[in-house]
Amino acid sequence: MENVFLFAGLVLIFASILSLYRVIYGPGIFNRIVAVNVIGTKTILILVLIGYIYGRPHFVDIALAYALLNVIMTIAATKGIEV
Amino acid sequence: MLTTITNIISTIFIITGLFFVLVGTIGLLRFPDFYTRMHATGKCDTLGEGLMLVGLMVYQGFDLISVKMLFLVIFIFVANPVATHAIARRAYKVGLEAWRLEK
Repeated sequence: MENVFLFAGLVLIFASILSLYRVIYGPGIFNRIVAVNVIGTKTILILVLIGYIYGRPHFVDIALAYALLNVIMTIAATKGIEV
Repeated sequence: MLTTITNIISTIFIITGLFFVLVGTIGLLRFPDFYTRMHATGKCDTLGEGLMLVGLMVYQGFDLISVKMLFLVIFIFVANPVATHAIARRAYKVGLEAWRLEK
């Protein structure tokens, strides 16, 4: 089972690097916020998978905290834009 | 015997969840406009995440950690659309017009 977690984690990291392109080249600030939101969602998954790869499934608490932060960040970013 | 079944089921969930996450990323990169990109990522990420976490819950079995993961899944199913809606509303209010084919 570890190979499945490892494979999923690597593909997720590759996908978040791909969406990093949209963070850099996104035409406007809104594209960048969406891209950061997408990367944040992927980080939650990577966190949980790393926990399972190391045999410490208690990483779910960190992932839960990060999920809360990610949403609050997105909403705070949209409120703070003065475009 | 039981562990192989749960392993197979959780692998299937994880792989399908991974597929949806990848589709969301491709949508984020390939679509021409802000609204279409957000349309792709908002849905695919939430679903892909939910599937993968359900796969991990199946692997974990009935445990406190599975309950935490259930909270995570429910929270993401509620919070991700809210965040996507907040961005879309703000973008619309600021006057970001949608993409037109003939433009």
